[in-house]
Amino acid sequence: MTKGKVAGVVSNLITIEAEGPVTQNEICLILSEGKRLKAEVIKVKENIASAQLFESSRTIKIGSEVEFTGRMLEVELGPGILSKRYDGLQSDLSKMGGMIIDMGEVTAPVVEDKLYTFKPLAKAGDRVKAGDWLGSVQENWVDHKIMAPFNLEGEYKVVSVAEPGQYKITDVMATLLSEDKEKLPVTMRQRWPVKLAINRFDNKLRPYNILQTGLRVIDTFNPIAEGGTGYIPGPFGTGKTVLQQAIAKNSQADIVIIAACGERANEVVEIFTEFPQLTDATTGRKLDEKITIICNTSNMPVAAREASVYVGMTLAEYYRNMGLKVLMLADSTSRWAQALREMSNRMEELPGPDAFPVELPATIANFYSRAGLVVLNNGQTGSVTFIGTVSPAGGNFKEPVTESTSKVARCFYALSQKRADAKRYPAIDSLASYSKYLDYPEFITDADANIQSGWTQLVKRAKDLVRTGIEAKDQINILGDDAVPIAYHIGFWKSEVIDFALIQQDSFDDVDMNTPLERQKYMLNKVMEIGDKNFTFSDFEEVGTYFKKLINLLKQMNYSAFKSPGFEKYENELDQVLLSNQVTMQEENSQVV
Amino acid sequence: MKTKAFQRIYTKISKITKATCEIKASGVRYGELAWVNDRPAQAISVTNDSVTLQVFAGTEGIASKSEVVFSGMPPTLNVSDLLAGRFLDGYGDPIDGGPKLVGEKRLINGPAVNPVKRAKPSTLLATGIAGIDLNNTLVTGQKIPFFADPDQPYNQVLAEVAMRAEADKIILGGMGLSNDDYLFFKNTFANAGVLDKIVSFINTSEDPPLERLLIPDMACTAAEYFANDQQQNVLVLLTDMTLYADALAIVANKMDQIPSKDSMPGSLYSDLASIYEKSIQFVHGGSITIIAVTTLNEGDITHAIPDNTGYITEGQLFLKHDTDIGKVIVDPFRSLSRLKQNVIGKKTREDHPQVMNALIRLYADSVEANTNRENWFDLN
Ligand SMILES: Nc1ncnc2c1ncn2[C@@H]1O[C@H](COP(=O)(O)OP(=O)(O)OP(=O)(O)O)[C@@H](O)[C@H]1O
Ligand SMILES: [Mg+2]
Repeated sequence: MTKGKVAGVVSNLITIEAEGPVTQNEICLILSEGKRLKAEVIKVKENIASAQLFESSRTIKIGSEVEFTGRMLEVELGPGILSKRYDGLQSDLSKMGGMIIDMGEVTAPVVEDKLYTFKPLAKAGDRVKAGDWLGSVQENWVDHKIMAPFNLEGEYKVVSVAEPGQYKITDVMATLLSEDKEKLPVTMRQRWPVKLAINRFDNKLRPYNILQTGLRVIDTFNPIAEGGTGYIPGPFGTGKTVLQQAIAKNSQADIVIIAACGERANEVVEIFTEFPQLTDATTGRKLDEKITIICNTSNMPVAAREASVYVGMTLAEYYRNMGLKVLMLADSTSRWAQALREMSNRMEELPGPDAFPVELPATIANFYSRAGLVVLNNGQTGSVTFIGTVSPAGGNFKEPVTESTSKVARCFYALSQKRADAKRYPAIDSLASYSKYLDYPEFITDADANIQSGWTQLVKRAKDLVRTGIEAKDQINILGDDAVPIAYHIGFWKSEVIDFALIQQDSFDDVDMNTPLERQKYMLNKVMEIGDKNFTFSDFEEVGTYFKKLINLLKQMNYSAFKSPGFEKYENELDQVLLSNQVTMQEENSQVV
Repeated sequence: MKTKAFQRIYTKISKITKATCEIKASGVRYGELAWVNDRPAQAISVTNDSVTLQVFAGTEGIASKSEVVFSGMPPTLNVSDLLAGRFLDGYGDPIDGGPKLVGEKRLINGPAVNPVKRAKPSTLLATGIAGIDLNNTLVTGQKIPFFADPDQPYNQVLAEVAMRAEADKIILGGMGLSNDDYLFFKNTFANAGVLDKIVSFINTSEDPPLERLLIPDMACTAAEYFANDQQQNVLVLLTDMTLYADALAIVANKMDQIPSKDSMPGSLYSDLASIYEKSIQFVHGGSITIIAVTTLNEGDITHAIPDNTGYITEGQLFLKHDTDIGKVIVDPFRSLSRLKQNVIGKKTREDHPQVMNALIRLYADSVEANTNRENWFDLN
């Protein structure tokens, strides 16, 4: 193992004189006051290595000893990851002793003495490759697969697999034989470097089916596909965090990994206190059972910002390889980009726009590309869907992080200051936002078959109505209420119906916060019934009064359990109100003209 | 005299710039405090054979043979109950003519509290100011700035909040404070007879700007002592954080760092967050609440300083001059306390949310009526 000595300290950038070979991205340990402080090599020039320290550097002396580990930053993979709260380097925060995180404090990511019930899935004689399933244990309610180590090359023969029973993660669960006749014991635990994608699957598919989030403005208007990517940019206070937490609570993902990256500690405290109380609508189990949180809040070491999102992504890929639907959320990816910027500035690299490192777009693209829907070696599918928030400087989307992300993320959920100010939550600007999946032929086909025939067409028509309504509103504002044809008012109010009944959703109401797709389908059809209907009014004031009544009833429906007596009461009332406004044949003809 | 017998003394400065000097020295640590000709300085870069020191008061008159003394430690504060009632400078030294502080020496800007050991902030912090308590209710453990124009009486408002808030201790961090405002705070505290629950760290506009950089960390270290060690409810007032950020920009510029937006250093977000995130609700009941002032440049909240602040704090309180009543009010439309939902209707009157919404609506109506009236007058 190479050794070295600290030769320079500027904030958390440490220069080290190495006495032997050093690898880029290798982890080294700096010995200081009896502690081993972790740092990652980010540049090597001759015998000088530059490393970013995942700690405060103030105890480090020039000449302090350094050990290079020969390994990149790794995570530990095995049962026991779910429900955990990790720091940015996968130390279990709950296991740390003191109130204050001690310098260099490291705790085990998974416990070694817990017993898991094992079921074999492979048998002696089987041929396996990296990532293939050898057996499974129960982790919370998840069928946690024990896989052939990801670092295997080529095919191995299964020599033996453990009998069903209770085992610890350190026990040998299977023995494999390499082509060179080398025996390899496999435990429940393995390690993997976070900066490398776990590409141990057969092939990656184009995403084609919806990942339900329970949010109407997403699922109906701009759906994210299973294995897809999306980003949520918005000025401060427009609702990025609330939206992501709503997705975490209501999505139909099997596993949710949340990376709280460089944001507020009180927000993760909120998750810690609230999530364990919640029930997962899909499984009926405790929500917390399917969630892992990686938190590197803004007062925690800046260098671990980058690590935290990679740790999260690697855990997500690990569960994906078990054939699960994983949702990975990061709030905020801008903080990670800023951490890269701080380091790059300290290294006096030539900067790109806004002083961000020139390779920022490539870094972001590479990260988003780790999401995806894959076919495993055994033919089953698994997915990582990724949604990141972006915090654009000055709330202006023309800045490097937003722009680089826009090039790679397929769904765009733009939060608008105007809508947030008007308290129209979630403040997603449904017209500026998009989902490229709506144009994927395979997505359209899937929606036709599994939601309703012509579904994406219907969604596009709803969007058109919103657009027309907003244009009508502009005309009304310019020309005055009574100077425009009544049809303009009707057009505007139809768009308000869509806004209030579909787009707006109360994330703090027990019923409204989660709308399953079946219910969204009902609502979209109902609302489009209104959108397609011809109305007759004698003056513009009547229009507003009438549509407000409709909106109120639709909102009441949203707040009532689907198809409950209360719901049906409002539904009937709504139908009555709709019936009360009928256009005669003559009027209909004149409207067409 | 700050020099002590065991300290290392050097006298060969190799390079002097406006704010820094370089010296050959060994055994120095990053962030260590030193004195160059008795002027406080801090090690901001350390290599095998040289140390770069940032001299807070500037390097005018520093000669290459000036005496450099290293303290062996980053800046510290002596914490004890004796802090109460004291006025100190950015180094934690008295400016009130009183005795030197004694107590446990603590590093300022200490490590983070483990987030799983935090409690959810959910205790009402009443201020007696309707524009805050009713519409933008504050919670202990929260961090929130006043966004104010430079000509608004933000320090008066801050003092008023301090006097009315229910806090066991109030820590004032004054950065680039005008001497008049410094005396104003001092008199207000003295007249109210509350000096014994106040600790002040003051850097006035007459002091070197770089010394401001130490003020927030000093204030937070004192706050942590009272809130964590003594389990008290502590209110930290920081004014004006814009001047703090300006000092950061000066340092970055002198160090030839590439600036990002608005000439601010790329680390502005992290620098500000490390201060604001000291606000906390401890499980044992102690708390640190931070109320800061960020002055705006022509009301521009997209400028890097208010922008980064908004991304860090839990809401913001806009000061606004209401021409009708001739008073400064907390703008009910643009202000928001993000933690208010943790207490309103739960720790306050049950109908608080309704009353709040009704009042905001009434205010909106009256503003609209006024606008309409003005337009109508215009038309005539
Ligand atoms: N869906 C919603 N329903 C009701 N209120 C909301 C909603 N979304 C946001 N808010 C309000 O806006 C505030 C800010 O929301 P949030 O914390 O999500 O903003 P953000 O975009 O993450 O801001 P920042 O960039 O500063 O982190 C919340 O505290 C809440 O008061
Ligand atoms: Mg947020």
